Amino acid sequence: MRIGIPRALYYYRYGALWKTFFSALGCEVILSPQTDRAILSQGSRYAIDESCLSAKIYLGHCAWLLDKCDFIFVPRMADLGRDKEFCLRFRAMPDVVFSTFRDEGVRIVSCDISMHKGKSEAAAFAELGKKLGFKKHQTLTAYLLAKQAEQQQAAAGARKLEAALAGPELKVLICGHAYNIYDRYVGQPVLDAIRNNHAVPIPADWMDRDEAWQAAADLTDTMPWMVNRELTGTAVLLKDRVDGIVLLSSFSCGPDSMTDEILTRRLKNIPILTMTLDGQDATAGMETRIESFIDILHLRKDGTVCL
Amino acid sequence: MPVTRTVQAPLPRDAKISFPQFASYGIAMEHLVQRGLDMAFVMPPRMTRRTLEVGARYSPDSVCAPFKLNLGCFLECIELGADTLIQTGGTCRLGYYGELHEQILRDLGKDIRFVNFAACDFSNPKTFVDEFRQLKPDLNLKRFTAAAIQAVRMVNAIDEVDALIRRRIGFVGDPSLLDHIHGRWLEQLRHADGLKQIEQLRRSTIRTIEALPIDMPRHPIRVGIVGEFFTVMDPFSNHEIERELGRMGVLVERWMDISNCLYHYRGRKMLPRIKGYAHYDMGATAMGTIDAALRYAKAGFDGIIHVKSAGCTPEIDAIPALQNISADYRIPILYLSYDTQTSEAGLQTRLEAFYDMISMRKEAQQ
Repeated sequence: MRIGIPRALYYYRYGALWKTFFSALGCEVILSPQTDRAILSQGSRYAIDESCLSAKIYLGHCAWLLDKCDFIFVPRMADLGRDKEFCLRFRAMPDVVFSTFRDEGVRIVSCDISMHKGKSEAAAFAELGKKLGFKKHQTLTAYLLAKQAEQQQAAAGARKLEAALAGPELKVLICGHAYNIYDRYVGQPVLDAIRNNHAVPIPADWMDRDEAWQAAADLTDTMPWMVNRELTGTAVLLKDRVDGIVLLSSFSCGPDSMTDEILTRRLKNIPILTMTLDGQDATAGMETRIESFIDILHLRKDGTVCL
Repeated sequence: MPVTRTVQAPLPRDAKISFPQFASYGIAMEHLVQRGLDMAFVMPPRMTRRTLEVGARYSPDSVCAPFKLNLGCFLECIELGADTLIQTGGTCRLGYYGELHEQILRDLGKDIRFVNFAACDFSNPKTFVDEFRQLKPDLNLKRFTAAAIQAVRMVNAIDEVDALIRRRIGFVGDPSLLDHIHGRWLEQLRHADGLKQIEQLRRSTIRTIEALPIDMPRHPIRVGIVGEFFTVMDPFSNHEIERELGRMGVLVERWMDISNCLYHYRGRKMLPRIKGYAHYDMGATAMGTIDAALRYAKAGFDGIIHVKSAGCTPEIDAIPALQNISADYRIPILYLSYDTQTSEAGLQTRLEAFYDMISMRKEAQQ
């Protein structure tokens, strides 16, 4: 059985979990390629104009997968508990993909991650395995293996974070969703620009998730979104260990439209650059902004501008 | 830094409470505050262009329009002397409105108390009572419950009268007569005391409206309005779209109102009904939108109008399903997205074009 996984949205968060789960069950995992112009424009063609850039990219990846696999894996992700909600878009994704590609005869396999009603992640994956026709023990083994892979990924992140923080260079925390940061077409150019200015970009997802989520309580009270809470907590924890923060959001992101505002209003004594990714090809504007931001960080740190 | 959500300081006796304007429901809120809490309520002034401009000026750019309107409303209430502002929670971005509103108002130097119900659960009214108890430790529970029940009844009555007006406004000789009745009804309701009076008023108003002669063709053009909670219900936000359609002689139906959405909402029954178009609850009002649209399509309506504020996530995600309904039942859908820039003339043109299209279609079918 060939399972297609779109390389977009939470693939960048749960990719290790998903890939290991399906491979352990003996499925062939077909991963869509890195985002490029073609995938984005295909996605924009299918998506509703007003969707966020990230959702458009996602639909572009789904379109690429359409005739290359038996099922596209589109999980429904509602929440992982109180104040651990996902953006509503993740609740709607299976139905959005279904409705958008209905006439193309899309085949989706989904699982329902919603703890609010007392279900666990393990139960959701058990349901998924059952849907695909596997035995209970097979699914359970696959899930445990997948969990291990996820933990290894997290440990690697923690090591990278320590190494980056120990270095002497200028450090910039990239506070943004993993699917923005790691997307080769929209997010990576920003990180490249930072590196080209001799600074080290630190992706927020290197931070331990639980620790970050808890630290968010120092800054915000009622923020309902889990990932935004983690980003907020990461900013709180690393604020004094980095030189500046870039808030990286995709165009018309719902949660970010409010959380970026709270962060810029409440985080004091740290330079913050708010950058919105709009999927345009021209990078000159973005590069200029990064360059002047890094200049400010240099000035602030040692009183000189590195030319 | 954030205000702690668990401990809410009690309000002083002379607190002047206010809540952002939302359609005509302010009356029920006023009743709850005045009768239930025995405190003063500042009725927000009618929203105007200025409300929107002030709100937009201090809001983040890409947040949805209701946030900006609410903020503008808060600022106008403060001008009128309100010192205690209330914001509720919700499952979409609304869940974070309160905290950001409070932060923006504080940064503007406004010295106010802010009561945020974001942590309350609509499916469990006790959480609200607990919150009110913190605000007023000597809360008279009996009195408060009575006021709450009356407020709920008021909302139901407002919705019932509105629904009746919606169906008739296109066909009475003089629509301003209906406006007059509507205005008087709300004014009287505002001073109603007790369930009995609310009921009497409701009955007499409905009788008055039904007594108005109407001139309706045998097969009027029927349009169903669906969409996002705030924008679809609030006439200021949607530029009085129902009135406009009424002026064109259209019979307007709308499922979404507070009564249907909060009291009579049966999500579990909806999913099986819309199973060809959605498999999961998409959150907020998206399911209600799809369900209502499907019902209008099956009932042979001539068109559907989808109303939302720009960028509303759940409603955007409902659109692909609506497009499929539109294709399957061959029913035209007009998608309207309102932001702070929406111009009257542009909207008018689109509505007229939509009306022309569905009326020609109807003629051709007959």
